[in-house]
Amino acid sequence: MSHILLRHRDIPEISSLNVYRKNGGFEAFKKAVTKMKPGQVTDLVKASGLRGRGGAGFPTGVKWSFIDNKVWPHYVVANADESEPGTFKDREIMESNPFQFLEGVAIASYAVGANTAYVYLRGEFWQAAQFLDEKIAELEKAGLLGGRLFGTNYSLRIHTHLGAGAYICGEETAMLESIEGKRGQPRIRPPFPAVCGLYGKPTVVNNVETLTNLPMILANGADWYKSLGTPDSAGVKVFSLSGRVRKPGNYELPFGTTFRQLIYDHGGGVQDGRPVKAIMPAGASSSFIVANDQVLDTKMDYASVRTLGADLGSASVIVIDDTVPLDWVIHKTIHFFKHESCGKCTPCREGTYWMMHLIDRIPQSGYLKADVDLLLNVATQMQNKCLCPLGEFSTMAVVTGIERFPQDFRKA
Amino acid sequence: MSLAQEHPKEVKQILAKYPPEHKRSAVMPLLYLAQRAEGYITKQAMQDIADTLEISVTDVGAIVGFYTLYHDKKEGKYRMQVCTDLPCALRGADQFMESLCANLGIKVGETTADGLLTLEAVTCLAGCDRAPMFQIQSRAGLKYYEDMTVDKTMELVEALKNAGQEAE
Amino acid sequence: MTKQVTLTIDGRQVTVPEGMLVVDAAKLAGIDVPVFCYHPKMEPVGMCRMCLVEIGRPLMDRNTGKAVLDEKGAPKLQFLPKLETACTNPVSDGMVVLTESEKAKAGQKSTVEFLLTSHPLDCPICDKGGECPLQNLTMAHGPGRSRFLYDEKMHLAKNVPLGELIYLDQERCIQCARCIRFQDEVAGDAVLGFDERARSTKIISLSDPEFDSVFSGNTTDICPVGALTTSDFRFGARPWELDASASICSQCPVGCNITFNTRREAKTDGRVVIKRVMPRQNEQVNETWICDKGRFAFHYVESKDRLNRPLLRKDGKLTRASWEAATKSAGGAFAKAGKNLVVLASGRLSNEDLFNLKALADQVGGRAVLYSNMGGGNLTSLVGAGQGTNLGEMGRGSTIVVAASDLYEEAPLWYLRVKQAAGRGATLIVANPRATKLERYANYVIRYSYGDEVKTIQDLTKKSRIGDAFVKAENAIILFGSEGLGLEGSTALATVCARALHDTKHVGKPNNGLIGVWQRANDEGAWEIGFHPEENLQAVFDRAAAVYIAGADPFGDGLLKIKNARRKPFIVVQDLFETETAKNADVVLPAQAYTERDGTFTSGERRVQRFYPAVPALEGTKPDFVITSQVAKQMGVILEGTSAAVVFEIMAEDHPSFAGLDYAALAEVKSQWPIVGRGDLYYGGTTYENKQGLGAPLSNAAQRAEKFSLPRVQKVAALRPRERKLLAVPITRLYDRGLTLSGAELLEGRIGEAFIALHPAAAERFKVRPGERVQLRLDGVSEEAPLRIDDSISAGVVLVPRSMGLPIHKPTEASLKSIKKAAGR
Repeated sequence: MSHILLRHRDIPEISSLNVYRKNGGFEAFKKAVTKMKPGQVTDLVKASGLRGRGGAGFPTGVKWSFIDNKVWPHYVVANADESEPGTFKDREIMESNPFQFLEGVAIASYAVGANTAYVYLRGEFWQAAQFLDEKIAELEKAGLLGGRLFGTNYSLRIHTHLGAGAYICGEETAMLESIEGKRGQPRIRPPFPAVCGLYGKPTVVNNVETLTNLPMILANGADWYKSLGTPDSAGVKVFSLSGRVRKPGNYELPFGTTFRQLIYDHGGGVQDGRPVKAIMPAGASSSFIVANDQVLDTKMDYASVRTLGADLGSASVIVIDDTVPLDWVIHKTIHFFKHESCGKCTPCREGTYWMMHLIDRIPQSGYLKADVDLLLNVATQMQNKCLCPLGEFSTMAVVTGIERFPQDFRKA
Repeated sequence: MSLAQEHPKEVKQILAKYPPEHKRSAVMPLLYLAQRAEGYITKQAMQDIADTLEISVTDVGAIVGFYTLYHDKKEGKYRMQVCTDLPCALRGADQFMESLCANLGIKVGETTADGLLTLEAVTCLAGCDRAPMFQIQSRAGLKYYEDMTVDKTMELVEALKNAGQEAE
Repeated sequence: MTKQVTLTIDGRQVTVPEGMLVVDAAKLAGIDVPVFCYHPKMEPVGMCRMCLVEIGRPLMDRNTGKAVLDEKGAPKLQFLPKLETACTNPVSDGMVVLTESEKAKAGQKSTVEFLLTSHPLDCPICDKGGECPLQNLTMAHGPGRSRFLYDEKMHLAKNVPLGELIYLDQERCIQCARCIRFQDEVAGDAVLGFDERARSTKIISLSDPEFDSVFSGNTTDICPVGALTTSDFRFGARPWELDASASICSQCPVGCNITFNTRREAKTDGRVVIKRVMPRQNEQVNETWICDKGRFAFHYVESKDRLNRPLLRKDGKLTRASWEAATKSAGGAFAKAGKNLVVLASGRLSNEDLFNLKALADQVGGRAVLYSNMGGGNLTSLVGAGQGTNLGEMGRGSTIVVAASDLYEEAPLWYLRVKQAAGRGATLIVANPRATKLERYANYVIRYSYGDEVKTIQDLTKKSRIGDAFVKAENAIILFGSEGLGLEGSTALATVCARALHDTKHVGKPNNGLIGVWQRANDEGAWEIGFHPEENLQAVFDRAAAVYIAGADPFGDGLLKIKNARRKPFIVVQDLFETETAKNADVVLPAQAYTERDGTFTSGERRVQRFYPAVPALEGTKPDFVITSQVAKQMGVILEGTSAAVVFEIMAEDHPSFAGLDYAALAEVKSQWPIVGRGDLYYGGTTYENKQGLGAPLSNAAQRAEKFSLPRVQKVAALRPRERKLLAVPITRLYDRGLTLSGAELLEGRIGEAFIALHPAAAERFKVRPGERVQLRLDGVSEEAPLRIDDSISAGVVLVPRSMGLPIHKPTEASLKSIKKAAGR
């Protein structure tokens, strides 16, 4: 099957505007602007069953329909802050299939009535930002962005905005703060961005991969998209496979592909032929899944993964084999969250710091049960009290690691 | 000389991205612009940006402090930022880092004696499938180096050294 | 009226206005929800997670829009799986809040435990100990013992000066951002921020000077831990050792309500001394804030140089004398002078002092002269701010004009309140010849030339966008000052302002009228009592047979000199210090500081407020009104000389504006919102609850519907800069060399040198550079001063600060030259 998102793998020169247009590029956007009302675009996307690819999996069309039409202007922000350890799909899309992504931004902007869209890239994507700036300039020159598009009154400008090294800016309200020139710290929700977002105006924030789906959905219809994937999770997903596999990388597959297919058929199996011990399906924010045959045959869609006591999230599948001790893994994840905590709320700021001390101490002190229990207790104590998901997610690996792999937290 | 005097075109372009009543938004791109000059952001540059955007210099400093890609101290000409986060570490990033330290004769966080290179361990750079990997931050911007080995890295360091000498 | 909402908190039914936050609704119901980051004067941020509670909301049927009922017919409640923050959730009908459920308690306890992991627990040596929200909440909600290893605590710097006034202890800081948000949201000086992030988050200030704000001290009141302390109070005393006395700040005409915290200490030979000044809540005056001048400049009252014995001139020298001898000498001279007696007093004195002084002058037909170079107080008693005026309530529909005044420097709390009113939607018009901070919040900025004040205000009543904003406003207030003006100019300005308000029907009702930005705390009171300033003080002095100078130093200020030693008037000086004027006196009478006695001040908004004795009087001194009555007695005149309250009652009978008021009325309090200063210091900070009186507003002639006519605007021959010359104009700075700042060593750095300022073009013309010392020739006197640049003024003027040692009292022709050049010649 040919790719829907990673189309550069089928059409090598798709990052050139000519080639992209020869392959139907910007026809979807043109159709939307000239033949459809914004509400019709939203309805179509709702009908397609597209869900947000950033991790939360919220239905995209529904998110758009929350936008407050009493307050103007509206903004669209493309979340290209891709920073979850184990996630590297958006980068490939932007670097290799930039026009499809930008056309997606344009379609979303038209659907919610935004005349300005920002692409928020993590600071490390400096090269990608420069590349996108060039592509945006080409589009403006070609009359595909700018004023009075396709002879209508609709106008749209897209700007890139570079972050500067802060995982938290992937959280949508922190991202808005960052664009506003402030420290990237999450806001209290509600109000949600659809009501009070960038500059206090109604704003839609969508992930790069989500947006890149839009031109194909408009071109081929909702039913076509729904026919891919599972009833619960329509369409395709780019799975970022990493860790102890032979062929790590991005794999665009329909929802419902099993872990086994991803790891063995696509990823070439585990290094040195070792067995899979644990899977983190959503990067460092994951709960651990204890791997076994049944698990490996589980379909990767939102609902099925939940039955394993984990979330699919951004589908950043980190494979851990039996050579890797879990206390070492959670040392890495705690370190990550301690480093990336924005410091705004107490449980996350202090809790990640405390967990770091404990996980540092545990192997040194010979896996004292009291220390392990305390670590579990501190992590549990953080839960349901943090201001944003970062703090909450920082505890997932800790709690499930200790609970599901107790042997790794005992003296050998 | 102020940023606006030094880079009039860039400053104008940056400001044009944002609504005029929200020009504070330009603080991050302006900081990048300022960092290009010295490789770090001087107090004078912060003041200059504050004046341009009509915000306080403390507000600018608070941004510099929050984001890890801004620096307020002079360090190596090149900052080699090696990802040692979980996915890279599962592919040997820690051992890679150790070897680099041994080869460069510095510890993580230190700068080589010639001031060429500062070695840093950083969190995930979204290059997990091509570990070991790092980025180099310099006045020229940021560049990724993926699927690296220690040998390839040392060759790169040598090349950076020579490039610097040629330029001088 | 706003819609009312009924909810249940801990089983108690509460009805509060719609939009109120759960934490405030609980407070109203007498339920204290613990908080650290929340402060009722600031926007909620929900970051400390201390106020975690359970919130249930009635489950609504999507189709019918009605509440879903359970088997018993009660609305079904929906609780989120997460605890919620009481500080960010507004109330809604039918809401059920549990602040003390097991789950809520566990949440609150966990937040305290998390905070304590990084806290040094150095309460025994912490200034906040005893009035510390963290300490109190740990006792109330925290765990009994630590599960965090003490050795793993983060160690950070403990003595970080944020400027010279405020110190930061980074270890104690709990990152609640109250200080940062106060500076940003309330003060409008965003000079504090967080550096770094996660557990490394630290407070920084990068401004020059550091923590560049005149409101900085307030951050120490709202800091919920001992992270921010003032250099003044730091390590000075423990909170529980302190006594508290209510007072009124004497530094400017705002009349901030304050509390003096005092202690008897060995360091001062067992005397009771003032340890610190704290704000006292008065929502109609200063809310819960004070400025740094009010907080740190009190030291003059405790100076070692205070006068403590009467002095009599004997053989040409001032020598110690008894009260009897001194008052007899003074009284004799005054009686003899008769109508040639001049009483010269300043607004530093209380209403009672001024009333007795005026009565003494009246008895012999003498004159009562106000020591001031700002006019217009006769107008505020006609059309001043009406009773019921509250800048804190003004917003949409109201217009506030600030003319010829830099409120940030002259009356910081008015700056803050006017800024806040603009934030609530009031139209703000700032008319000033020079850029001022307040302009940032103005809807209209009028930058006129020095000398064009009258025309500028006249234009306000004409048809234009700005004119409409003023004329058509539902309410309008004008605050006028004396920027660039002397007595004549400010009188003309006041008159034109009064006429503009009167002509547009903005008088005689609440939130309308004229407010003078006076130079001293009780100038308004002095005018009310009948004192008037004189343009030519020297002439008045030269013609007098005797002068009675109280609370003023005209010799030191360069406004008086003795021209002919043989034909000079008999001079009696009543003051705290041996001023230049006192050195020229025939009799010197040592007065008590206002911190040592009771009395009242009348604020610029015409609110009369009581101050109370805070410390025992310095031995050998007496209150001004008592001294005056004793002098009067020697003249055979009986004036009340024992009770300030009685003097006030006599005054209230004499002056219609004061009618009906007495000390009891001034001591009345009513409930204020927010509720602060009680046991829960975490909620409002350490600002004091007002239990000693909110004061009372004076009435004015317009409000009493009396017939009056406003004076005509006198044409002022405004000076204009001439070729090769400069026009020197006076401006006011908060931190100056005035008497009330003497002894405030802490503020020395902020007072600095008396710089003058020129337009860049003028600097070029005179070939001088910023920072350079230049020679300024004013009124025949040459002075040196460093130069600054102000590109908002016209090229023909030089700004000269008042009360900084340079002889400037009104616009004056001046010349300037570089010292380097002069030296080179």
